[in-house]
Amino acid sequence: MAEGLRLEDVRISFGRRLLLALDAAVAPGEVLTVMGPSGSGKSTLLAAITGTLAPGFTLEGRILLDGHDITALPPEARRTGILFQDELLFPHLSVGGNLAFGLSPQIRGRAARRARIDAALQEIGLAGFAARDPATLSGGQKARVALMRMLLAEPRALLLDEPFSRLDTALRGQIRALVFGRAKAQGLPVLLVTHDQADADAAGGAVVRL
Amino acid sequence: MLRLAPALTLLVMLGPVAAGLAGTLLPAFGVMPALGRIEPGLMPFRDLMAWPGLPRAMALSAGTGLAATALALGLTVLICAGWQGTRAFRWLERALSPLLSVPHAAAAFGLAFLIAPSGWIARAIAPLAGWQRPPDLLILQDPLGLSLIAGLVVKEVPFLLLMTLAALPALRPGQSLATARSLGYGRSTGWLLTVFPRLYPQIRLPVYAVLAFSMSVVDVALILGPNTPPTLSVQVLRWMNDPDLALRLRAAAGALLQLALTVAALGLWRLGEAVVAWLGRRRIASGARGKRDGALRGVSLLLGALSAAAVFLGLAALAVWSLAGFWGFPALLPDALTLKSWMRQGGMLIAPATETLRIALPAVTIALVLVLACLEAEQRHGLRPTQRALWLLYLPLIVPQIAFLPGLQILALVGGIDGTRAAVIAAHVIFVLPYLFLSLSDPYRAWDTRHAAVARALGASPGGVFWRVRLPMLLRPVLTAVAVGCAVSVGQFLPTLLLGGGRVPTLTTEAVALASGGARRVIGVTALAQTAAAFLPFALALLLPALIWRNRRGLRHG
Repeated sequence: MAEGLRLEDVRISFGRRLLLALDAAVAPGEVLTVMGPSGSGKSTLLAAITGTLAPGFTLEGRILLDGHDITALPPEARRTGILFQDELLFPHLSVGGNLAFGLSPQIRGRAARRARIDAALQEIGLAGFAARDPATLSGGQKARVALMRMLLAEPRALLLDEPFSRLDTALRGQIRALVFGRAKAQGLPVLLVTHDQADADAAGGAVVRL
Repeated sequence: MLRLAPALTLLVMLGPVAAGLAGTLLPAFGVMPALGRIEPGLMPFRDLMAWPGLPRAMALSAGTGLAATALALGLTVLICAGWQGTRAFRWLERALSPLLSVPHAAAAFGLAFLIAPSGWIARAIAPLAGWQRPPDLLILQDPLGLSLIAGLVVKEVPFLLLMTLAALPALRPGQSLATARSLGYGRSTGWLLTVFPRLYPQIRLPVYAVLAFSMSVVDVALILGPNTPPTLSVQVLRWMNDPDLALRLRAAAGALLQLALTVAALGLWRLGEAVVAWLGRRRIASGARGKRDGALRGVSLLLGALSAAAVFLGLAALAVWSLAGFWGFPALLPDALTLKSWMRQGGMLIAPATETLRIALPAVTIALVLVLACLEAEQRHGLRPTQRALWLLYLPLIVPQIAFLPGLQILALVGGIDGTRAAVIAAHVIFVLPYLFLSLSDPYRAWDTRHAAVARALGASPGGVFWRVRLPMLLRPVLTAVAVGCAVSVGQFLPTLLLGGGRVPTLTTEAVALASGGARRVIGVTALAQTAAAFLPFALALLLPALIWRNRRGLRHG
């Protein structure tokens, strides 16, 4: 299988201690859920895939994205989008500025970029929010901006680090549906790490327990 | 490149200290080729021993340094023990930044204007005491160095308080105190027995820096310290400035003696730590609750407020003198206020003010670049700061300035760069660097690195993350660190004087040079200008982020 995200005999250790070993593949539009208690190395796995593994950790095996080996690439060249538990919108930029940070530089010209961002805001029901301070948004609005910021960077895979656990129950289902819906529509492989069984059930894909 | 930053920083900071010590060592043992002396010997030390004022000068240095440090630390600890978490404590916290930014020399002049026989305090009690003329008391520059101790305490309490406040939150003092009080311990006692033992190791290095500084300070001692003999460091400076170059040898020997004295005092202090710890353990074992601490709390708050008031009222006294027309003795205020002193002196202050800026800006820029490079290297390469690195950082603050700057001056002389602004800037960097690092490292390390992970995943390079995400988000702490660096540079007296060879006049050297004269109006103007130069960057560091991020709630409180 060339398309999608493939973890080939991935082994992550800290010093000489093996943290986790995983061999898995996620097809485009599908979701793989990795479950485990805190401290089981779930977030470390995502850091290994995005290329932001902290010094001291070692990674063996290969990570393939759409058939390309990205194991040795710098994070910014991997095109792996990630969403954390916190939205992590950049507090010094406006909502529009946050989206512009993600928007691919291929789209050139002030007007064209502006138009793309306005359209993106419209898509997530936040039309006219470009100049807003992200700190003034509600939790659900922030989550949607974070998702859109990531999608505008045109990732080829989606990594989710317990992104729904901070939202209240009503909102959680809504954002979950939005994220999984967008991933399916764009044919993105999704790797979800969580300790919440409800997340795994909603994702509907294969489940790996660490 | 970035990987080399820590090594380069240590070189820039500690290289001159080591070179300066070596440059002091040679003449101290009689080697000074410039004077045609190449045969090593003990002559300079014999010469030093023969100086009749030596025992007293040494005793003054050690005595004032130890007393000032013990008083400043004691007061800091008692204030925290009795008042942490109360409204009064928050008031003191608010007064902290302005107190810290007042240069030592200006604070010393201000204190002098308060406690002198013709100062504000004497004027205030004159009607009660029936004084028509200033009382005939030797208060300023008293032979025991009491006014010098007071001048040091009022400036070191804010510094120790700042270091304590930085260390406290990680110790969760509220929980410890609540537990101790629920077991029946008094507030102060509970704090001293449960929080202080864990706090002290965190502030040990700053305390050592205060001790070393207080023992060897020159500018404050020139203003408030005794004269015949003065403290050892002041005497060394006199010998350094003597036209008779042969006295440089004695000065170098004296500088080494000052270093030995500092090491000995630090050893003594270490011993004192052990004794206090032993007494504390005995107290804990005894189970005594110490419930009645009302008087202690009252005294500590009073002394803390008094110490802050001494600095603020001192500044007020400087301001009033700078505006005073005729001001006879028992009068509390001058007969008339006039801008005459400012008009007359103001023009003459432009040159030293410009020089101050031209030294501070490059020194702080160099230090900031090095510190940011170090912190960024730490982050990117996962370097872990060790306890030893912290010691190295504090080294320039613990080795007395008077011990290595004379040697550095001699090296600068040999290298032909003495008396240049560049030499002064390089010397300032030595002292700006540690303070800037201490100010910036905590907020820099506390930054949530997941922001970097997100930005990288969105396609930003490491440099892009630094410039477009990290620096803007850390604007407030970066500017605060720059302000701290500026205040340190503005306040430097000895490095400016020695490396500048007296030919690089700054606001600080000009102000301290006025100490021997009695021109109060000129002192008022100059010391206030010095204070303004140190304070302005702090004001900007508050104002700029508030303006730039006025529409960004997430960055309003840093």
